[in-house]
Amino acid sequence: MDNMNITSAQYTTDMEGNNASIKATIDGTEMSVPLDPANRHYAEILRQVEAGELTIAEAD
Amino acid sequence: MSKARGLADLGNAFDDGALSNRNLIINGGMVIDQRNGGSAVTLTAAEVFIADRWPVYETQTSVLSGQQNQGSVTPPDGFSNYMGYTSLAASTVSANNIHIFFHNIEGYNFAQAGWGTANAKPVTLSFWVRCSLTGSFGGSFVNHDQNRSYPFTYTVSAANTWEYKTITVAGDTAGTWKTNNQRGLNINWSLGTGSDYEGAEGAWVASNKFSAAEGTVDLIGTSGATWQITGVQLEVGDTATPFEHRSYGDELQRCKRFFEVTTLNDHTFSKYNSNSAYGNVSWEVEKRSAPTLTLTGDWKAYGSGQGAASVVNLYAQHEDTGSARLQIDNGSYSSYFVRQGTPTAGLILADAEL
Repeated sequence: MDNMNITSAQYTTDMEGNNASIKATIDGTEMSVPLDPANRHYAEILRQVEAGELTIAEAD
Repeated sequence: MSKARGLADLGNAFDDGALSNRNLIINGGMVIDQRNGGSAVTLTAAEVFIADRWPVYETQTSVLSGQQNQGSVTPPDGFSNYMGYTSLAASTVSANNIHIFFHNIEGYNFAQAGWGTANAKPVTLSFWVRCSLTGSFGGSFVNHDQNRSYPFTYTVSAANTWEYKTITVAGDTAGTWKTNNQRGLNINWSLGTGSDYEGAEGAWVASNKFSAAEGTVDLIGTSGATWQITGVQLEVGDTATPFEHRSYGDELQRCKRFFEVTTLNDHTFSKYNSNSAYGNVSWEVEKRSAPTLTLTGDWKAYGSGQGAASVVNLYAQHEDTGSARLQIDNGSYSSYFVRQGTPTAGLILADAEL
């Protein structure tokens, strides 16, 4: 039932410069989504990327 | 239920492996509502949680409102809370529409049922329901991948009257059923489901059916119609036993594995570079997975040796199942004390729902 409306997604980095999480706007709310495949928001981001519906921007 | 019958049912529960911790449902008495504190919620076209562990998913927006104890009716004997929904209009249910109230059980907790193996055990669902409409309503059991489902029906015989329902399902020996920290079992109650997602009741099917075709009543089809539920229990075995009441504290701790609200009060952040200072927040309960963080409201920071507080933006920098590293972008001090600001006190929402 995870048909989320994701309007933006951008990686954030940790102190070593590695991608650590994704700053995303989901159903109108800004959230920080961990890179954990068991997390339902991250799983939906991956699904939408795979389907060509979403692109994750690189970190600033 | 007579005392003799109750003891006999408990004997059956013992035979099925559990006299305590029988109920695999968390917050089945609808007691915990961390997100909304009992306030009403108009549901959007998304997955929306009201009482903890109990979301509604809708493909149409603003056709239902939901609230813990909506309508202030008297709950069934032994209960003090329930979940209530009201249809906001006489909506048409198209073939591809879904409006479901549901609960997900973590795979670790459902593994004992052995579904997807030759040793799959039956499970029994029991609940109290009250509706302004009468007739046959639908629901279903579904696996994580939504390629195994078992539609069921239950009948509401009298309008606006609490009725106790039980449904026993033969365990599924086929398909893949998660036994880890993912969705072990998804249980749905339909409030309005289109024909694309309806299946024949009482049989396993290799697709995603969220209701039974024989469950003909759609709550959202009648303006002002109400539906209430409480006392939900799922137990391994073919017998429904009396609802297992747990303490409020026990239930709250179980809910926090999936969702927790916390904040910062004079929390220490240490300077990392000219722009950033980091602090760490630990969850009260280890999460099912690394949680999604939503930071709400306002925050302020006192620099070390500084009297006045400055308004700061707070970010999540890294999350895991036990804690998160947070970041503020401030200047010259070696450390900061971060706390809730004004006018809206900041909160941290950690969401590890299934």
